[in-house]
Amino acid sequence: MTPLSSRPASSPVGQSIPHESAALHVTGRALYTDDLWVRTHGVLHAHPVQAPHAHALVTRLHTAPALEVPGVVRVLTADDVPGVNDAGAKLDEPLFPSEVMFFGHAVCWVLGESLEAARLGALAVEVDYEPLPSIVTVRQAIEAESFQGGQPRLERGDVDARLAAAAHVFSGELDLAGQEHFYLETQCALAHVDEAGQVFVQSSTQHPTETQDIVAHVLGLASHAVTVQCLRMGGGFGGKEMQPHGYAAVAALGATLTGRPVRLRLTRSQDITMTGKRHGFHAQWRAGFDEAGHLLALDATLTSDGGWSLDLSEPVLARALCHVDNAYWIPDVRVNGRIAKTHKTSQTAFRGFGGPQGMLVVEDVLGRCAPRLGIDPSELRRVNFYRAGQQTPYGQTVRHPERAVTCWEQVLTDGGVAARAAQIASFNAAHVHTKRALALTPVKFGISFNFTAFNQAGALVHVYKDGSVLVNHGGTEMGQGLHTKMLQVAATTLGVPLSSVRLAPTRTDKVPNTSATAASSGADLNGAAVKDACEQILDRLRPVASERLGVPVDAVVFAGGTVGVTGGEQVVAWGDLVSQAYYQRVQLWAAGFYRTEGLHWDSTRMHGSPFKYFSYGAAATEVEVDGFTGAYRLRRVDIVHDVGDSLSALVDIGQIEGGFVQGAGWLTLEDLRWDESHTPARGRLATASASTYKLPSFSEMPEVFNVALLERAHEDGVVYGSKAVGEPPLMLAISVREALRQAAAAFGPPGTSVELASPATPEAVFWAVRRARGDGGLPQTAPLVEGGLGVVPEQPDATARPLHPRSEQLARQTGAGD
Amino acid sequence: MTPGLRPEVTVNGVGIGLDGTDPATTALDWLRSRGLTGAKEGCAEGECGACAVMVARPGADSGTEWTALNSCLVPAASLDGQEVVTAEGLGTPERLHPVQRELARRGGSQCGFCTPGFVCSMAAEYYRDGRQPLDESARDVADDAVDDAADEAREPGHGCGANGFELEALSGNLCRCTGYRPIRDAAFALPEPAADDPLAARRTEAPPRAAATLLEGDSGRYVRPVDLADAIALLGEHPGAVLVAGSTDWGVEVNLRGARAALVIGLDRLAELRALSVGNDVIEIGAALSLTEVERGLAGRIPLLDKLFPQFASRLIRNGATIGGNLGTGSPIGDLLPALLALEADVVLTGPRGDREVAVADYFTGYRRSVRRPDELVRAVRVPVPLAPVTAFHKIAKRRYDDISSVAVAFALDIDGDVVRRARIGLGGVAATSVRARQTEAALEGRPWTVETVHAAADVLQGEGTPLDDHRASAAYRRAVLGTSLPRLYAETSPRQEASA
Ligand SMILES: Cc1cc2nc3c(=O)[nH]c(=O)nc-3n(C[C@H](O)[C@H](O)[C@H](O)COP(=O)(O)OP(=O)(O)OC[C@H]3O[C@@H](n4cnc5c(N)ncnc54)[C@H](O)[C@@H]3O)c2cc1C
Ligand code: FES
Ligand code: FES
Repeated sequence: MTPLSSRPASSPVGQSIPHESAALHVTGRALYTDDLWVRTHGVLHAHPVQAPHAHALVTRLHTAPALEVPGVVRVLTADDVPGVNDAGAKLDEPLFPSEVMFFGHAVCWVLGESLEAARLGALAVEVDYEPLPSIVTVRQAIEAESFQGGQPRLERGDVDARLAAAAHVFSGELDLAGQEHFYLETQCALAHVDEAGQVFVQSSTQHPTETQDIVAHVLGLASHAVTVQCLRMGGGFGGKEMQPHGYAAVAALGATLTGRPVRLRLTRSQDITMTGKRHGFHAQWRAGFDEAGHLLALDATLTSDGGWSLDLSEPVLARALCHVDNAYWIPDVRVNGRIAKTHKTSQTAFRGFGGPQGMLVVEDVLGRCAPRLGIDPSELRRVNFYRAGQQTPYGQTVRHPERAVTCWEQVLTDGGVAARAAQIASFNAAHVHTKRALALTPVKFGISFNFTAFNQAGALVHVYKDGSVLVNHGGTEMGQGLHTKMLQVAATTLGVPLSSVRLAPTRTDKVPNTSATAASSGADLNGAAVKDACEQILDRLRPVASERLGVPVDAVVFAGGTVGVTGGEQVVAWGDLVSQAYYQRVQLWAAGFYRTEGLHWDSTRMHGSPFKYFSYGAAATEVEVDGFTGAYRLRRVDIVHDVGDSLSALVDIGQIEGGFVQGAGWLTLEDLRWDESHTPARGRLATASASTYKLPSFSEMPEVFNVALLERAHEDGVVYGSKAVGEPPLMLAISVREALRQAAAAFGPPGTSVELASPATPEAVFWAVRRARGDGGLPQTAPLVEGGLGVVPEQPDATARPLHPRSEQLARQTGAGD
Repeated sequence: MTPGLRPEVTVNGVGIGLDGTDPATTALDWLRSRGLTGAKEGCAEGECGACAVMVARPGADSGTEWTALNSCLVPAASLDGQEVVTAEGLGTPERLHPVQRELARRGGSQCGFCTPGFVCSMAAEYYRDGRQPLDESARDVADDAVDDAADEAREPGHGCGANGFELEALSGNLCRCTGYRPIRDAAFALPEPAADDPLAARRTEAPPRAAATLLEGDSGRYVRPVDLADAIALLGEHPGAVLVAGSTDWGVEVNLRGARAALVIGLDRLAELRALSVGNDVIEIGAALSLTEVERGLAGRIPLLDKLFPQFASRLIRNGATIGGNLGTGSPIGDLLPALLALEADVVLTGPRGDREVAVADYFTGYRRSVRRPDELVRAVRVPVPLAPVTAFHKIAKRRYDDISSVAVAFALDIDGDVVRRARIGLGGVAATSVRARQTEAALEGRPWTVETVHAAADVLQGEGTPLDDHRASAAYRRAVLGTSLPRLYAETSPRQEASA
């Protein structure tokens, strides 16, 4: 066991405790970024002018009428930008655009004494547009060859040869939808400028350092002139990894130009029409199986809908490609990826970061092929699980594949699946208009940023003279319980009670150069950095204790708020020792640092070991479908999930349940509909509000919802033996979609293979039922093709460039990061 | 009219003045501007409940009921003289309210943004008059609900805890983080209010009076008239005034579409619009009663409405929404209209010339257009009794609760022996207004209630109206589910035939 992962016997880590802010949440006292402006004097409010075209040139921008509106103070335009007029890290996202790239794109911002004044001012701004042709679907983009960024290829073996030898070859297509984050707190920022021109931005951001970078480059300042703070977020889910930067920059620009604090908060409809979402994908695939159902080869081309700019589309695509195998061994693989450029919001990170989309492809393959192979879908999945020693298509050895099996089998047992399958069969035999089904799906998800450079973190731990401890770290709190876990890590490492430790809000002037709190890695990375800082402090305290207690330095033990030796009588209180150390002029604070070792990744070849480890899980979902309407309900869900040795069980179970329901939302209700007509509304998001874009509510919660953490799951080399938990459980929800597919199939004769649109809305399920019954219905995707060598997915242009991220180029130049 | 003193709202026991507040300002923005930032804005259209607060409303008898409302929808001005409790007022981190304590310790908050709203919805249910622990036998049913037999009747997410907590109280609150399970567990773990709980004690006293209110600001005026005569006089002088009852439609117009009115007339507290009377041949329902009040007041007397209510929006919305408002909006996808059509209800309009009655079927003349004159308002609807014995309300929507209908079908059938004597079918979502499915009615009446009749009539029903394609559903789906609606009703009314139908 490595020192990083070994855990003292009874420690704050591992205790099931409520969220550290729970008492503030429930009493309405927890402050969020937009709660601050009412506590601030002289604030101005910002409101955007949104373009009513999917694609157009701005031919005239006349702001004078806005200034006539009472209370309007200023209109911010491209002319006001002292630095770089761009909100992205790739310099392809003009902050004040001259070319409108999606319906609702903000062309300028109005500042007013009140939000109402700014809103009326925005209505008064006159803008002339010259509309241009637009591309609003991935299929149109493919036809027009409208792509952006690199086109990676992940390849192992020879798919053509293997398919030629396969007993069964199937080909199909899948259009899978994106997803709106719908964090309950919309994007917001509050910017101040102090007397020395120092800019202070409070932002609801998962990536304060990058928010700082972008604010600095827009203002033409060095990073040290900009500080970004994030108190907490009302949800992030990846939607606040890249998206907050531009809004923070607009607020900061307004503050520097007016000298007054500027508050910018998007309304829900602004947020939903302006910010990026989960990428929808189009996939073409062909797959070969042997007689026993073993997957032999998968040939697929995945095209993601990137929207108008690159944002994080490249790494999202890379992760999608790295997850088409999910938990399955596929000897020969070829997966091509491309990013469509469309006139839509710029799609971005969303919990799972491409992983869910990649996995959905292989699960769709298995779910559709199982009936044709005459194999039960669960059985088909199970026979294809990875075994020890096998490698992923990108060449990483799959460690602990047996955990997927353990999760699976525990779900079968705890869920009483065999008995329920029999009940379902008899229910279905007795009901013509209602059918039930139960589906199991596994998850194997790689943990670490695919971009190696992000796998580093810092922390700053202060021990004050009275023994109290203040922890700063680079991670942000968005509800995932990171701060709770960090308190537990600090208290455990220092051997003090939780009540002695406090957490300070995340700020770039405390811990610089942080990575986004993303890729589920917040606790792994920041936890190790916090632990490192605490250990440095202990190393300095040990000699003080050794001298005081008259024991050898390495016999000193810190535990339970006291310092002593194991089994020894003589102890000194933590606070007393700290105080003594202060008078001995011992440094009582430390900066901690961590970088994940052993990662190798070459994006250009899509090869290496990009992940520190894999997280595993399995879910069994039972649904009931009404044949009259396609409406359905989740009757029961059983989950077993691997979080290593849990740092905080209440938090981890919350992440699993919440991730599952969010994933279920993506695959069922949540329906992003862009206007595809050739009217002036083309490109407009038709489901741009909470009343049209439906999140799961109480009525979608599984009626019975059992979640268990995999036991004896210690993860070596990770902080206190734990594993990341933020993203992987989302993909357990694929079991919902597969159960719906099976329930729809139950309306037809045995062996019916069902194509199910994604999201599987009641309407989509209704048509699936119709098709299963042979009653026709709307064709939704290309039907499954069986035989021959299959339909070869479209292969990218030979001249397409692979991924070649700047971060990897720079790291190579200096020889670091390998 | 004589406006009251300085307009003021009692928030968490403290009077806070409304002066300087624009009439278009929502209660949410007003609370937040006063530093009470516990209530959050998640959507500004009544969908997420992050803005929920509790308001003291008239309860059964002469008491008071703590009612959760979407503060993002109601004008701050409409709370003049009222009592409001927010999450901040329920407890402090040192002294958590039982609702807060259960949510906090069970992991009911993750990001915490939805939490103050959940706290208020949950507290309102905690204090609900008539919430009491289920007795032993009922409790067994609740416990067994996971078992196959019992769960046929159970509606997901809308169960009831052993403590009598109806989960439906939370149907208007969204959480993006937790997946709801810990929130349900918190709700079901709540005890009875303590004997010395001041909010529980408040329930036995009279509700706050509805003060006459006048609030003026940049966008216009908000006026709460003293009585109906006052309201009619005011409307006569200002035919362009906007009438506002629960503000669940008007609030959305204000927030999302920037609607502003020179004059808003608040109807929600007018006694003349808030009566419910059950007579021998008619049940009269006041236009300004909230749907929750109607639901509780009717206590199942109109089974069709009882089937409709749980499918109408959420508890939070129904605590505000009124029948007058539903008719006033006249949306072709409104849910009450198909039901009122099937019930053959009449609308009672009142104006300077007194009352007049119009059949609901004749009320709408086109898309959001009606026979109501500019100087009239809806006082009540009247539902004739006896009612048809076989009724159903089929609402087709994406989400089971709190969603707008793609298609709604209300059935009221009189089946005598095996023959359909009378059929009334109201449809929503298939035309510019709600319509009666008259051809289908004709295809049923006088015919035996058999699979053959049902299938023949279903073909007719499928052809009624001209459904549209939109983001909620395709026209083909709308048509198809119209077609399955009668067979579904048939299956529901004759479950035995399920296996063979
Ligand atoms: C989240 C949400 C969910 C909803 N879900 C549903 C649903 O499932 N089904 C459904 O049908 N509707 C739904 N609605 C719409 C709305 O709740 C209903 O239409 C409700 O009945 C309106 O009542 P109100 O009192 O709130 O109306 P208000 O907003 O107060 O008024 C609406 C209109 O009616 C007029 N009006 C009000 N009272 C009178 C009167 N007495 N005489 C004449 N005119 C009057 C007003 O002038 C105004 O134009 C939903 C709304 C929201 C915000
Ligand atoms: S803010 Fe969402 S319901 Fe009020
Ligand atoms: S806790 Fe985040 S939305 Fe509910």
